[in-house]
Amino acid sequence: MDKLIIAGKEFNSRLFTGTGKFSSSQMMEDSLLASGSELVTVALKRVDMNNNDDDILKHLAHSQFNLLPNTSGVRNAKEAIFAAQLAREALETNWLKLEIHPDPKYLLPDPIETLKAAEELVKLGFIVLPYIHADPVLCKHLEEVGVAAVMPLGSPIGSNSGLQTKRFLEIIIDQSNVPVVIDAGIGAPSHAAEAMEMGADAILVNTAIAVSQNPVLMARAFKMATEAGRMAYEAKLAKVKKTAEASSPLTSFLQD
Amino acid sequence: MFTKLFDKYNWEEVKQSIYSKTKTDVEHALNKTSKRDLEDFKALISPAGSNYIEQMAQLSHQLTQKRFGKTIQFYTPLYLSNECQNICTYCGFSFDNKIKRKTLTDSEILVEAEAIKTLGYDHILLVTGEAEKTVGVPYLKNAIRLLRNYFSHISMEVQPLDQNEYEELIAEGLNTVLVYQETYHKDDYKLHHPKGKKSNFNYRLETPDRLGNAEIYKIGLGTLIGLEDWRTDSFFTALHLNYLEKKHWKTKYSISFPRMRPAEGIIEPKVIMYDKEMVQLICAYRIFNEEVELSLSTRENEKFRDNVFKLGITSMSAGSKTNPGGYAVDPESLEQFEISDERSPQQIEQLIKKQGYEVIWKDWDKILTPSIYETAATKKM
Repeated sequence: MDKLIIAGKEFNSRLFTGTGKFSSSQMMEDSLLASGSELVTVALKRVDMNNNDDDILKHLAHSQFNLLPNTSGVRNAKEAIFAAQLAREALETNWLKLEIHPDPKYLLPDPIETLKAAEELVKLGFIVLPYIHADPVLCKHLEEVGVAAVMPLGSPIGSNSGLQTKRFLEIIIDQSNVPVVIDAGIGAPSHAAEAMEMGADAILVNTAIAVSQNPVLMARAFKMATEAGRMAYEAKLAKVKKTAEASSPLTSFLQD
Repeated sequence: MFTKLFDKYNWEEVKQSIYSKTKTDVEHALNKTSKRDLEDFKALISPAGSNYIEQMAQLSHQLTQKRFGKTIQFYTPLYLSNECQNICTYCGFSFDNKIKRKTLTDSEILVEAEAIKTLGYDHILLVTGEAEKTVGVPYLKNAIRLLRNYFSHISMEVQPLDQNEYEELIAEGLNTVLVYQETYHKDDYKLHHPKGKKSNFNYRLETPDRLGNAEIYKIGLGTLIGLEDWRTDSFFTALHLNYLEKKHWKTKYSISFPRMRPAEGIIEPKVIMYDKEMVQLICAYRIFNEEVELSLSTRENEKFRDNVFKLGITSMSAGSKTNPGGYAVDPESLEQFEISDERSPQQIEQLIKKQGYEVIWKDWDKILTPSIYETAATKKM
């Protein structure tokens, strides 16, 4: 399989993971190890950055895990930029999952504030991966201000509803010059495979693993589905035939 | 303002409508795949709904895990003062109760903060009575300034304030305000709050609107169960929640359901809510609203809390002291109400872990609130 490269960094795994909702930090660690994930997002609000013994960070201290701090909880660009700078200092990474959702009920991203913050954060030297609606035009704007990848949603976060935005994701994938990571709504390994077959560069999964009855097993299932979907994409899927092949071709006279 | 919508409803009509819900209404509400509405909520809390308690619990458990994961947030109250100018017939701090009054000084607040930190807490709820001269906005502002260096998330349960006062406190680091209507029954409200600023029903009813205008991060709603028919009061809470979510869409909401507890010099509850009914209510709130936070306090007893936390609850207090100075300064002073679960937070955490849940001690960080740093910087200048 091709390696995924974001901002010059190589990833063997195209499955990114979240760290919330697990029944314990140990369960989180075991599941993420089983998933093979190399990019793990963690909410700034959940970790105690001044504590060297923070329970979440302690369980993520494996060389294969690269931390992707996220700004969940901020409501506008100003708050996001402020939090990002303090987090960069404390966590010693300039990678950032930019999440601005002023609406705490559906947690839907604010496109206007996200674009503003992304532009500023790129200038400040961050590697920005913004969480956004499946909006192809917004993706192009973000690409122009220099984000490292885009993270459009498949369906509302935590909904496990799969790729409800599929038609728009296809346009984004077709148009994008930066990697496309499908985030939010991926509720089953079949959704993961579907996203990868479509040509997404990676996916991000949290709830579906954390809340399952056996998170470690589910993490492995997602790992395999992501790999299978990617292999199928690289092998080029056979076309789905919607009509029967005509037994009397209409253009055979051209061969005469 | 909510009062405009509220005035369109008649208590007796609502009550009648809840009590006339049938088996068919409950089944419809449970089997619905689209978003449930207020009529569904009525059915779920109705007497007919009480026959579906197991089904409701299963659904509530599943919806809560999907949204909140296998986690429970922990917080604890810090009582700053028991001085109060209000008469509330059900409260141990009522003005007419001859108890020793106490308001914590700066150094006492810090002693309490240290003691609470040792218990592991990072989310704190500040509580006072209503006594403008001693515990007004300047006192609260000072307390928040002292405590924001210790705690990541500061909630407050004090008298209702004006919008500009909330804005001032939010800029200092206030994240959440709990303001319970006590009861949405206007006449009964007057009966239980005969004296003091709290006797103004509408000012209290419009408090969440003022908080929403001030763009507070989270608002806690609820009624005091025991004052009036809990079903009708809970309907109005749900109506209030529905209204607020649409109007003040940047704010998060939580609901509490405190049952009246014994305290010095208070009345007996008019209505008793049984454990089974409490479970019905918790599950009904969750099935009605999948995103609202539901909070359970130490008013409830050990056995009940140990079993009910998985059925829809998202946050709990543990090891609470309801007297000012209760953690370290003056553990023997008089409580607002008797708590029922006296176990330590660590004991409760162990029990929660055993049931496959994680306790979340920290779910906020002050780096998400730049205004704290700005006001701190201006203060230095």
